[in-house]
Amino acid sequence: MSNRIQAAFDKLKHQKRKALIPFVTAGDPSPAMTVPLMHALVKSGADVLELGVPFSDPMADGPTIQRASERALKQGVSLRSVLGMVAEFRKQDQATPVVLMGYGNPIEAMGWEGFSQRCAEVGVDGVLTVDFPPEESHDAFEHLQRHNIAPIFLLAPTTKDERIAQVAKLARGYVYYVSLKGVTGSGNLDLSAISEKMPALRKYIQLPIGVGFGIRDAETAKAVAKLCDGVVVGSRIVQEIEDSTAQNVIENVSHLVQGLRQAVDQA
Amino acid sequence: MYNYPDSTGHFGQFGGIYMAETLIPAVEELSAQYQRFRDDPEFKAELAYELKHYVGRPSPIYHAKRLSEHLGGAQIYLKREDLNHTGAHKINSAMGQALLAKRMGKKRVIAETGAGMHGVATATVAARFGMECIVYMGAEDIQRQAPNVFRMKLLGAKVVAVESGSKTLKDACNEAIRDWVTNVESTFYIFGTAAGPHPYPMMVRDFQCIIGNEAKVQMPEMIGRQPDAVIACVGGGSNAIGLFNPYIEVPDVAIIGVEAGGHGIATGRHAAPLTANAKVGVLHGNKVNLMQDENGQITETHSISAGLDYPGVGPEHCLLKEIGRAQYVAINDDEAISAFDALCRFEGIIPALESSHALAHAIKIAPAMSKDKVLLVNLSGRGDKDMNTVAKLKGITL
Repeated sequence: MSNRIQAAFDKLKHQKRKALIPFVTAGDPSPAMTVPLMHALVKSGADVLELGVPFSDPMADGPTIQRASERALKQGVSLRSVLGMVAEFRKQDQATPVVLMGYGNPIEAMGWEGFSQRCAEVGVDGVLTVDFPPEESHDAFEHLQRHNIAPIFLLAPTTKDERIAQVAKLARGYVYYVSLKGVTGSGNLDLSAISEKMPALRKYIQLPIGVGFGIRDAETAKAVAKLCDGVVVGSRIVQEIEDSTAQNVIENVSHLVQGLRQAVDQA
Repeated sequence: MYNYPDSTGHFGQFGGIYMAETLIPAVEELSAQYQRFRDDPEFKAELAYELKHYVGRPSPIYHAKRLSEHLGGAQIYLKREDLNHTGAHKINSAMGQALLAKRMGKKRVIAETGAGMHGVATATVAARFGMECIVYMGAEDIQRQAPNVFRMKLLGAKVVAVESGSKTLKDACNEAIRDWVTNVESTFYIFGTAAGPHPYPMMVRDFQCIIGNEAKVQMPEMIGRQPDAVIACVGGGSNAIGLFNPYIEVPDVAIIGVEAGGHGIATGRHAAPLTANAKVGVLHGNKVNLMQDENGQITETHSISAGLDYPGVGPEHCLLKEIGRAQYVAINDDEAISAFDALCRFEGIIPALESSHALAHAIKIAPAMSKDKVLLVNLSGRGDKDMNTVAKLKGITL
């Protein structure tokens, strides 16, 4: 499969750099701000964008991303409107990969074939559904693959070798390693545990490995970047959005992401 | 032959394991351990002992003669799960899961609760076996079920108020899952209903099947035959599947599940996904009929009964409806209250508002049936916990 995700990681590999993958919830702080925020993230050094699709019951997320989902849903954001935001983003940026991240039910409601087709049309490159493990994903992901959309899978500290091998067969784009047991935005990231797990992951997975959950500052981002191919930062950025006003949110988020970029480049 | 779920936890198109990766190994371990112990003679003997001497089983079946005479039609019999220790059927499964937790070396148990009966049952077994216990409960449910909150605290449990979303059962469930994902190694999640990721729908059903298995022996002893219909309320549907499952392959026994009609199906303010033909979707680890909007967002439900106030339903009920073996109907808030009053006045039994839904349907259909027909209603819980709700409805301050 050749799409923007692979091109981005190939380029990074050539440059001997690690990917910075920021996450924002689509429609937070407002639907009108999402596309400008996406451009600002790219300008500040993002290599891949993860765009959260808000869901009423975000079971794998901590309070920060839950609140972002609630803010977006209150403003009428839906999977359809998120796809519209990506289309809008693509008018100016045809290079940066965009991955939709969320829960399966909004996609089930739209239908996987229609959704996958729409993803291809608007320029979505990958889809990560938190609550669809490989066991339940075969039919759904056939539709994604038919339209050259990468199914992105999570792996966790609790994942055993057989499952890593199973995910390796299905995954495209990159694999997202959840760096801690817990919900998004939790603390207590254990660097030694990540580095101990990496050989097992590398043994089966040829794709780039991104690590996320619990990366809250430049120092941690740098330390994590040393161990893997990409660093995912979500709750920290969403927190910055929550703490900002409509006037300074772009500036504040850009400043934060620039700092993360520098840190990751020092890794 | 009816044999569900399959080895991957599916009831036809329903069920499955729709969970975040971190929890997959936990549910796999649970499946393996449950498979190991479910037929283990020592496990079965210990469970049987606890159910008899601690829970007080078997629960009797009672012929509600005065109520039946008043209605002038079919005879109504009640399976008295309200007489169990802690006052509802929930302890059947909480006990089974606690014994499994003990064997798995888990010292901390968590639970979600709606009406509070499952929370009380979990707090009870945790106290019984010396386990730490955390119960997640929607802030709105904490308001309407205050006596049960106090009971849980007396039993040593920590009750955590959930302020997100609709502040009811589904949100408590989200929060319990968040706890589990964080504390997966130390913690056993004692799930309250026959739903969620495999193996929960199967395991909770198996533990609750004692209801139907007892009834299948008790009814012939009482009336020389099986009932014409078995009736139970359905939120997630654990008391119902416990009564229904043993009757699935018994011919000529109608199976009727009663959902919460809230203000009425037409108003949209209800908690009756099966009756309202809700679209199939994915929530809390399984694929089921699910109340949702056109964008796949889960909609807020309404029922006077906190225990039925849930947008989904267990996967086996979805299957039983799809294959036509069971029928699902809805009873509105006011019909449930009338049934609650009737059982108090005619039989001296105060039923839970959840169980009042099942009873209300029996009261609705009995008059048109002949007097030799028999309806077996699962009286899944007692109504002491509902005093505040009922008093408020009647305009009385306690």
